[in-house]
Amino acid sequence: MSVTSIDKDLDGLTFTLIADFDAPVERVWELWADPRKLERWWGPPGYPATFEKHDLAPGGEVAYYMTSPEGERNHGWWRFVSVDPPKALEIQMGFADEEGNPIADMSASAVRVQLSERGGGTRMELRFSFDSPEEMERVMEMGMAEGLQQSVGQMDALLAG
Amino acid sequence: MVVDELTDEAVDEVFRALADPTRRDILRRSGLDAPSVSRLAEAYPMSFAAVQKHVAVLERAGLVAKERRGREHLVRTVPEAVRLARRALDRLEATWRERVERMSDLLDEEKGRER
Repeated sequence: MSVTSIDKDLDGLTFTLIADFDAPVERVWELWADPRKLERWWGPPGYPATFEKHDLAPGGEVAYYMTSPEGERNHGWWRFVSVDPPKALEIQMGFADEEGNPIADMSASAVRVQLSERGGGTRMELRFSFDSPEEMERVMEMGMAEGLQQSVGQMDALLAG
Repeated sequence: MVVDELTDEAVDEVFRALADPTRRDILRRSGLDAPSVSRLAEAYPMSFAAVQKHVAVLERAGLVAKERRGREHLVRTVPEAVRLARRALDRLEATWRERVERMSDLLDEEKGRER
């Protein structure tokens, strides 16, 4: 298993995930830095993600969408707050409309990604922080949707097989 | 199916917790003030251990939380905001566990290609 630990802090409104990969830091960095690689893990099976824009620089923007089996597109955006290759990234993430513009009244979540060498492999630490439980809930609606979509996608695969 | 399982599990736990009249009464009392486990135990014709078990079921369902006050454990209902946050974090966990798994598979695949 890759996930080493998960810490959910309800009072501090943070979520910290630590994962260990059997690959060099540069390789794991590439999974975030290369949009073609990102596309292979961001969306759940059956809901491929397409990254149309991926400007890996401080202040740089990312625009992507995920396509449902019915062809429906769900758009999202990121903004890189800081970029320190190949060790650290800070990203604001949120929903977008069909043109890829951030939806103003939907708050964004912030995630800090840190990569470090550990035992010949790479440790990845993700830390999400939120302003309020309500904001957390709003942001999570997306995760929920993606998660459920994944389940549905896997069910489809099972049925097809 | 991880998200489904988590959500179903959480829902099952809440329903299970609320299916018992004693637990519903404990929940009601804990909402009025924060009684200690021993004070709750005095209210029901059952052992302290049995009441403790009921409180534990409510606690697992995220409906009450125990708070240590001196030698006693006070039982409080968990506010809606905290329940909301807990649920949101459970979803976030499921989403990212799956993503990390896919990242790991991708890295393994790349390594395999190099050989």
